Amino acid sequence: MRMIATIATLALSLGTAAATWAADKADNNSKPVTSAEITGSVPAQINVSNANVFNRLLKKDKERNSAPPTDGIHDADNEGTHQLQPPKVAYEGFPTTEFGNYIDWVKSLNGGNINPRYDREDPSVEPIVMDLDILREVKASMPDVIFPHKPHTQWLHCSNCHPKIFKPQRGSNQINMSQILLGQKCGVCHGKVSFPITTKSCTKCHSKPKPAEWKPPLSDASVKNPWR
Amino acid sequence: MWRYAIFGLVGWVSALLISIPAQAEYADVVINNYADAAGMRPVVFPHWYHRVRFRCKVCHADLGFQFKAGGNKITMAKIVDGQFCGACHNGEISWSVENCGMCHSGVPGTATQIHGSTVQRLVAPTYEALSDKKKAQ
Ligand code: HEC
Ligand code: HEC
Ligand code: HEC
Ligand code: HEC
Ligand code: HEC
Ligand code: HEC
Repeated sequence: MRMIATIATLALSLGTAAATWAADKADNNSKPVTSAEITGSVPAQINVSNANVFNRLLKKDKERNSAPPTDGIHDADNEGTHQLQPPKVAYEGFPTTEFGNYIDWVKSLNGGNINPRYDREDPSVEPIVMDLDILREVKASMPDVIFPHKPHTQWLHCSNCHPKIFKPQRGSNQINMSQILLGQKCGVCHGKVSFPITTKSCTKCHSKPKPAEWKPPLSDASVKNPWR
Repeated sequence: MWRYAIFGLVGWVSALLISIPAQAEYADVVINNYADAAGMRPVVFPHWYHRVRFRCKVCHADLGFQFKAGGNKITMAKIVDGQFCGACHNGEISWSVENCGMCHSGVPGTATQIHGSTVQRLVAPTYEALSDKKKAQ
């Protein structure tokens, strides 16, 4: 019994060694030749400390819209997983964005790429759409926020937001970015299901540019600073 | 000799464990309040797939799904009774519940979550606005 286990382990380690060797070889072949290597004056490889690599904290998707069997949360050993539709297939021809599902749901809906039902059974029921924009002035240098009721009421019911998330009265709700990032207010949906909060999506909400003469207010500490 | 065997084994085990970082579709929900404990794979609910077919209102207003991953305490008894997923996965609007592996498709042990959310992807927890802090005190 022990013998068999030993042999199996050995076979595995041999396999690892072979794979590592093959990978090393492939690496060497694909590496561009530097001038230092040609003249041979400097060591060919400089080993930078692992603590100081680029992108220490940057998380990036290796692949966009990956298929369920390779996405890391679906179990590839489960047969049902292989019946699921890969998102890329369904998104064929949809207008794209740089974040979230990497497609623009508002444009897909208005452009007729999709026609989701507003009623569970009856495809002919039309949504009750309300076209009312709410302007929220932002204290900071970011463009002001316009909350458009139209794209929201195309998808949602008034009761999804009123009164639990927002009191239906202009300016009566305290909203700031930290709440949104914590998953409150607009963050109940944005950053979870509707488009996320990333550098490339800020201007979707912050869409009304500040007047040219606008300057950020100075902090007290700066106003009182005797050396200013 | 043994040393190499152990190195090899460690190498293989770590290769298997580290293999794929999760990068599932944005807004996929993993629901695992009870599934693991009952010996079933966790449920993966694909938002993208359903919102192509239904507006949010259908599930989150008409069918009463709360906006909280794992917050609806869904069980098979409720589904068979026509609640939650069972309002559609009943063999009429969509395929019915005997297709266990279509819903129970998650990697065992995955925690309840909304995948790819901004909060999950932050490098550090978000700041607390000074005005909020003052209020709390
Ligand atoms: C409002 C109706 C509705 C509800 C509620 C619903 N589904 Fe679905 N679901 C559908 C329809 C329609 C399909 C497409 C079926 C088809 O292609 O025949 C589907 C398909 C699926 C698929 C397969 C996706 C693919 O790639 O083919 C999964 C998985 C799924 N649903 C899981 C769930 C789970 C889990 C729940 C409950 C948490 C749920 N659904 C609730 C209507 C619904
Ligand atoms: C996605 C969330 C959301 C949905 C859905 C929604 N609203 Fe609102 N609504 C808001 C926000 C945010 C405000 C602004 C509140 C503020 O400024 O403090 C608002 C403001 C309002 C106001 C106050 C306007 C004013 O001038 O004072 C009314 C009335 C209102 N909504 C009605 C509705 C109705 C009717 C529906 C359904 C057809 C609806 N809302 C759907 C988020 C929503
Ligand atoms: C209940 C869920 C919900 C809440 C809360 C919510 N939104 Fe949205 N929002 C949506 C959905 C769904 C869409 C459709 C597009 C999508 O899913 O990406 C949308 C779209 C938008 C759009 C249109 C984007 C475009 O491409 O034209 C803007 C702007 C927006 N939201 C801003 C806000 C702001 C600002 C708040 C907070 C005051 C807010 N939303 C709160 C669900 C929500
Ligand atoms: C879902 C919509 C939405 C997105 C996306 C968004 N913001 Fe905001 N932001 C708001 C709202 C709403 C406020 C509050 C405005 C007010 O005071 O009424 C705000 C306020 C702010 C403020 C003022 C300080 C504060 O906390 O109130 C800053 C700065 C800011 N946002 C920066 C950003 C940056 C940077 C991004 C992109 C990473 C971003 N926002 C993306 C909705 C959004
Ligand atoms: C439409 C999607 C769907 C299908 C199909 C489905 N389930 Fe579930 N099931 C769920 C959801 C959602 C939960 C809640 C998961 C949780 O919170 O852990 C659940 C929970 C469970 C649980 C634990 C909770 C309980 O009710 O005791 C068991 C066991 C289970 N399912 C077995 C099955 C079996 C067996 C089948 C096939 C006959 C099946 N499920 C088919 C969606 C589904
Ligand atoms: C077919 C039904 C269905 C549709 C359509 C649907 N959802 Fe969901 N949603 C769910 C289910 C199921 C959950 C998970 C609930 C649970 O785990 O108990 C969920 C969870 C959520 C959450 C909670 C995330 C968290 O944990 O904070 C948000 C936000 C959300 N949905 C927004 C939306 C928005 C916005 C839309 C429309 C673009 C939408 N949903 C469309 C079924 C649906």
